[in-house]
Amino acid sequence: MFHSLGRYILLLWLSFRKPEKFKVYWAEVMREMVSQGIGSLGIIAIISVFIGAVATIQTAFQLVSDLVPRSVVGGITRDSTILEFSPTISALVLAGRIGSSIASQIGTMRVTEQIDALEIMGVNTPGYIISPKIISGVTMVPLLVIISVLLGLGGGYLACAVSNNVSTTDYLSGLTDGFNSIIVTVCAVKALAFGFIITSICAYQGFYTSGGALEVGQAATRGVVYSCIMILFADLIISKVLL
Amino acid sequence: MIEVKDIYKTFGDNHVLRGISAGFKPGKNNLIIGGSGSGKTTLLKCIVGLHEPTKGDVLYDGHNFTDMHFTERVHIRKEIGMLFQNSALFDSMTVEENIMFPLNLFTDQSKEEKLDRANFCLKRVNLEGKNKLYPSELSGGMKKRVGIARAISMQPKYLFVDEPNSGLDPLTSILIDELINELTQEYCITTVVVTHDMNSVMGIGDHVIFLYNGQKWWEGTNHDIAHTDNKELNDFVFASKFMKAAREKL
Repeated sequence: MFHSLGRYILLLWLSFRKPEKFKVYWAEVMREMVSQGIGSLGIIAIISVFIGAVATIQTAFQLVSDLVPRSVVGGITRDSTILEFSPTISALVLAGRIGSSIASQIGTMRVTEQIDALEIMGVNTPGYIISPKIISGVTMVPLLVIISVLLGLGGGYLACAVSNNVSTTDYLSGLTDGFNSIIVTVCAVKALAFGFIITSICAYQGFYTSGGALEVGQAATRGVVYSCIMILFADLIISKVLL
Repeated sequence: MIEVKDIYKTFGDNHVLRGISAGFKPGKNNLIIGGSGSGKTTLLKCIVGLHEPTKGDVLYDGHNFTDMHFTERVHIRKEIGMLFQNSALFDSMTVEENIMFPLNLFTDQSKEEKLDRANFCLKRVNLEGKNKLYPSELSGGMKKRVGIARAISMQPKYLFVDEPNSGLDPLTSILIDELINELTQEYCITTVVVTHDMNSVMGIGDHVIFLYNGQKWWEGTNHDIAHTDNKELNDFVFASKFMKAAREKL
């Protein structure tokens, strides 16, 4: 375990050495941002709307007392979406969507000797292959989480409009009542951390692949599983520290 | 001139290279031959720095490559071109982008200059007009030629070639061999070719090193091979009936 941790830290250190040519690296960062950001928009939009809608309906179902104002449903949906559902569930989905792609892409480069070809040319291989993915991850995952939050709250509104459990006026009122900005900070920190975890762990798994197609698949699976575990672990730590 | 001195390489308990020393001269096709598992590719990877030798030194024009730090090695690596067994072209890039890749990273040339160089390299390997194709659209022989074009794009002093003829038909193999030979002569490159293709050995083997059980077992030219009494080399080179018959006629 310590051997793997050491290799992981060393790989990250090598990844952020001074680039040979900033322009070439920047082009890679842009390409990754499009791939990770635009490519994941569809799945994030779908799950966010449904999560927001389901959270609203289930919260309304549990708050049936006349003593509790219906606007509370909006407040609970807002807090749970911003604090947990959007960052964590989005990250778990992105681990599958982005993480497996990163691990299999780098793993394939390894087993087809493309990484060796880069090293022969004198390229700082971890820097060229991994750093654009991490930079893109810590940029695009927070942006996707922001979109997820907005769509999640929108999904809750739609659920109110369709189900009649809570009026849309009560829901909107609940969204703004008792808002504490710390939840946005927690959400941002989580999104940033999850973006880093997904990209760096999956890149590590792909980079140290050896063998053939079977091993590339195993590396992708390992990358996704370890990322998911670390996301949940980081979720706990961040929540404990910041809340 | 590349020299390897007393190179050992072990993977766990597996001793792959056992004290190999050799010199590879400029303007010559230096061939490393041997059976499967004899250590050919491992020796090549030790020379180019993809593997670190367990013991021994690799010298490029007298500079000890083994002792160098990554940043120092970059200067030598810019002078190295390598063709991999499976060509190792970057899948996400076109033929032109593959060839221009090292130029983009390591030169300050304008886009026009880089394009000119890429076109020149493509012309040199007889692949004019294939600039916009992706590796997946190329045949095995074309991939090898693009690999060679990429390898020579930076005008290397040293060219390393790993199994250039694997998976190719005999005619294409000969074309690749001739291309490697022409480039070696034309630019006075120190070329090191790992192969077990006997046509290559007899065709372009200016300097041949035969590895057996991780050791240098024999060294000479392609002309010497026919007259050697080295049993292991004879068993390897003249394994087929065709080669035996050819030898008897010599």
